[in-house]
Amino acid sequence: MQRISIDPITRLEGHGKIEIFLDDQGNVANTYFQIPELRGFEQFCVGRPVEEMAVLTNRICGVCPEAHHMAAAKAADAVFHVDPPRTGKLLREMLYSAFYCADHTTHFYALGGPDFVMGPDAPVAQRNILGVIHKVGLEIGGKVITMRKYGHRTVEIIGGRKVHPCTSIPGGLSKGITQEQRDEMEPMARYAVDFALFSLQLFKDIVLKNQGYVDLILGDIYTHKTYYMGMVDANNKINFYDGKVRVVDPEGKEFVKYSPNEYREVVAEHVEPWTYLKFPYLKKVGWKGFVDGKDSGVYMATPLSRLNAADGMATPRAQEAYEEFYKTLGGKPVHQRLAIHWARLVELLYAAERWVELVTDPEITSDNFRTIPTETPTEGVGIVEAPRGTLTHHYITDERGLVKKANLIVGTTNNYAPITMSIKKAASSLIKAGTAPTEPLLNMIEMAFRPYDPCFGCATHSLPGQMPLQVTIRNAKGEIVDVLKQNC
Amino acid sequence: MAKPKFAMYWAASCGGCEIAVLNIAEKILDVDANFDVVFWPVAMDAKYKDVEAMADGEITLCLFNGGIRNDENEHLAKLLRRKSAVLVAFGSCANEGCIPGLANLTGGRAVIETAFTTASPDNPNNVRPIYDYPVAEGELHIPKMYETLKTLDQVVKVDYYMPGCPPESHQIAAVIDLVIAALKGEAKLPPAGAVIGAGGSTVCDECSRKRSEKLIKEFRRTWQIPMDQHECLLEQGILCSGVATRSGCNALCPTANMPCIGCYGPAPDVVDQGARMMSAVSSVIDSKDPKEIDRILDGIVDPAGTFYRFGLASSLLHRAKA
Repeated sequence: MQRISIDPITRLEGHGKIEIFLDDQGNVANTYFQIPELRGFEQFCVGRPVEEMAVLTNRICGVCPEAHHMAAAKAADAVFHVDPPRTGKLLREMLYSAFYCADHTTHFYALGGPDFVMGPDAPVAQRNILGVIHKVGLEIGGKVITMRKYGHRTVEIIGGRKVHPCTSIPGGLSKGITQEQRDEMEPMARYAVDFALFSLQLFKDIVLKNQGYVDLILGDIYTHKTYYMGMVDANNKINFYDGKVRVVDPEGKEFVKYSPNEYREVVAEHVEPWTYLKFPYLKKVGWKGFVDGKDSGVYMATPLSRLNAADGMATPRAQEAYEEFYKTLGGKPVHQRLAIHWARLVELLYAAERWVELVTDPEITSDNFRTIPTETPTEGVGIVEAPRGTLTHHYITDERGLVKKANLIVGTTNNYAPITMSIKKAASSLIKAGTAPTEPLLNMIEMAFRPYDPCFGCATHSLPGQMPLQVTIRNAKGEIVDVLKQNC
Repeated sequence: MAKPKFAMYWAASCGGCEIAVLNIAEKILDVDANFDVVFWPVAMDAKYKDVEAMADGEITLCLFNGGIRNDENEHLAKLLRRKSAVLVAFGSCANEGCIPGLANLTGGRAVIETAFTTASPDNPNNVRPIYDYPVAEGELHIPKMYETLKTLDQVVKVDYYMPGCPPESHQIAAVIDLVIAALKGEAKLPPAGAVIGAGGSTVCDECSRKRSEKLIKEFRRTWQIPMDQHECLLEQGILCSGVATRSGCNALCPTANMPCIGCYGPAPDVVDQGARMMSAVSSVIDSKDPKEIDRILDGIVDPAGTFYRFGLASSLLHRAKA
């Protein structure tokens, strides 16, 4: 039996590894996607004051610390049975909307976009953000940098720091914002709306007008029919900061809609001995292995799954983009994983429009940003939509608010099973008896997980994107018969 | 002439150090202009195999972030040490162990036990990760987790220490300027073993809050009181680590009306950040009555986590007794 080790030796630096086994005919017998590291936040959060979870758990991930900060803060609100005043919620959501704009921008332009802008089989040296800038122009590169800068500046104004924000505490925030700060942020929010519209147009021009790409998106290699998860507001419109989590089945029908404190009735985690990461699945459907379909508990939590799980977007221009998305791709739900890239831009527009709504809210500069808790702390769950999927923080405390038990299900972890399946399907479709794996083929396998924007900073501490791969092909005796490299 | 070579690597880390470097914005162009970036997974197509192929000492400057959690982290630390002329422990994880160092209160085995027995696993057979695991098609391997999380200088020699969680972007920019000037012969690098990219005093010295030598009868938590924006937080009874923590961040958290949590590590001449904090805390207690002092100290609900939040792995305590 031949074995192909796809070892993402750099960007994940051993923090993620793919093993492909071929049968005697040279077809794929099985694939394993291993996550080989664990830092153990669920262990050492025990004994710590629950109000510190918002600053301790954001050290899980320096790429999306805002998501952990918010999920932990909301969980701590619940532990203390306290509801922040309206301004407190608005400020948190504004920080979060600005963060989303920066984060989705980074993925589209630097990580996911190069595959389409440059082409899946473009020379390796050009298939990166610099290649994109050269192709679309320096001016656009400047726009991208400005968008990221504005996002981080707003996070800093409200959260106190650009990386690892610190201001959310049980019941609200440690501080509000001044009128001057508000005035500084409004043009940033308006810029974000223009930037999102521009990005959607860019996607249409470069991707949708290219029949080859459209065929690739709609083809079978990157398609899986699974359940989809995402947070919605009272009108079943997408919300990133607050609401209930809705899951739809592979036909798009609502399967369940749950409040954060009910998550354990919905989600369980499967364990395999060959990896440090667990595989979440829908408890009521059950774990049936890495398989598609209504009888398999595998679900996805990404921008696409949020669009699939919701009835629409809560802001007008994002709603238009949402309608166009489904009209173009043939109705709901969309199963094609490469469409996650487009869905991400629809969300970018929503986050930007929401940012404008929040920064122009008359109460945003109010001093009433905090409610001091009075009840005895017990237990609480906080859920937000991280850019890469539903993020759940659950804490049980003693009567002093010291954590006795912590459970975290992070964005990318939700997608561990679907990513594993996507890799297996791409590998099985592309590696066939008698055909040697080539460099562009390796990128095509890479493209199977790139849309998920896997953030192993959360799971294994790395960044997503252009993952350098080395494939070593050995014969049944373990002798190397070929070595293929990409970006390494 | 070939440009000096730059590398940046993460071991057991969160990626925030990389984001902090990217946040120096246009300064990145200076790095690009003055260095040949040979290895930097976040920003470019990195070259791990190429690192192994390099001559010893070929990398001029390597910023290493992340703690040493498993055998793979240690392997990379040793590899990059060998290949780098100047190795910098970059960020709190590499310097002091940071928040993940709190795992040393219980050890690596407990980390695995807890992760696989939390509220949601469906694990009837009590499965745990197995380092070398035979599957039907062959054997799969994952790195071996250490019982104790180590800092970078506990496994290799470190030339400079750059603290912060993450290091602030303006500090990173200043260090890059200095190194570029030194390479041109226009400046001198600090002596080996120095702390760089940080201040020479405490966060208190950078903090604009008013101190009035006030003593306290009670410690309080951030959620319990409306924190005054202008008075010293410690004098309000909030456990602020500013007094034991190195300056360099411009007192970011106290400016945002939150206590310093100690991410820049021990202040100059402080051997043990936690011990320094404890002595600072005892000096603000307004009592001489042992019983009352005990009552006041009971208000510090998590002494280990508060005093050694970032520094446990590098502290005199290092880890819980096995």
